[in-house]
Amino acid sequence: MSITRNDGGTPDFADEPNRTFRSDVSDGIRDALPILFAVAPFAAVFGAIALENGLTFGELLLTSMSIYAGASQFVMLDLLGQGVPAWSIVLTVFAVNFRHVLYSAAVGRHLSKFTTLQKALAFFVLVDPQYAAAERRAGRDGLRPAYYFSFAAAIYVVWITSNCIGAAFGSLIEDPAAFGLDVILPVYFAGLVAGFHTRRGFGVILVVSAAASTLAFHTIGSPWHITIGGLCGLAAAALLSRPKGEASHG
Amino acid sequence: MDNTVLIICLCALATYLTRTGGHLILSRFGALHHRAEAALDAVPVAVLTALVAPAATTEGPAEAIAIILAGVLTLRFSLIISVSAGILSVVALRSLGF
Repeated sequence: MSITRNDGGTPDFADEPNRTFRSDVSDGIRDALPILFAVAPFAAVFGAIALENGLTFGELLLTSMSIYAGASQFVMLDLLGQGVPAWSIVLTVFAVNFRHVLYSAAVGRHLSKFTTLQKALAFFVLVDPQYAAAERRAGRDGLRPAYYFSFAAAIYVVWITSNCIGAAFGSLIEDPAAFGLDVILPVYFAGLVAGFHTRRGFGVILVVSAAASTLAFHTIGSPWHITIGGLCGLAAAALLSRPKGEASHG
Repeated sequence: MDNTVLIICLCALATYLTRTGGHLILSRFGALHHRAEAALDAVPVAVLTALVAPAATTEGPAEAIAIILAGVLTLRFSLIISVSAGILSVVALRSLGF
């Protein structure tokens, strides 16, 4: 903390919370930037397909603003077109998003600086990259609302805007694979996973999750590989765990 | 209310339930058993790995190389560099016909 005098002749350490706030906001937006390159084309494609599948523009906006979960929205759109009963559409969306239960339990422990209302909003925007960034931030500088919500706002705004652009210019979207845009998210998640390499049991959890997920993907099928692979990794971590205070290896 | 609008709203509710549910259930417990704590600490590695694994093993060599490259580079460099390198490697490998 600086106690040098500013031009007004008063100590400026009162600026400290302000500076933290500003750096939280700019860090949040900076960390969201690489995600936006993946989100924008993905959202534009959703906007285009939604209208082609018979949603009105208002229904498209309602979907993206209220559900705000990319993969499950594509699934919902697909099932709406097939005339599947409403309850099974809702249940499928719940299943596709089931991994968020784990995010919610894990990130909830880092929200001690959030008010109840901020928590309620924080869980609303808890998409995959949001969770990953929050967990990463909590392990480094600590997770404060300014960081969390500036990251969330950047993604949310681009998500909705790109939906609208896709809806307007749907047929103009070229193949995103040509620019490698289709692999940004898996590559980004791989980078995030590696960033956690100092956590206890990292190697074992990685191998168990990857093996279980791949196996489930080829047998039971998507989206269950995410939840099953994740749960197997958690089980491995729980089994490896030793009570605090006891000597641990690894 | 229109049927589609109703379905969208119910899907939104189901999604919000998954995003609040984990925390609401967990916050009913006081101190966590060390195994539960270890499991929660493992969520990012376990779930993100499960999310990526099929892409790394089934999409082809270009995707697999990019994913591994990004992971390895993150050990030394910032995320923006490792992700960019991963994407560039995909574009390069695809143009070579992988």
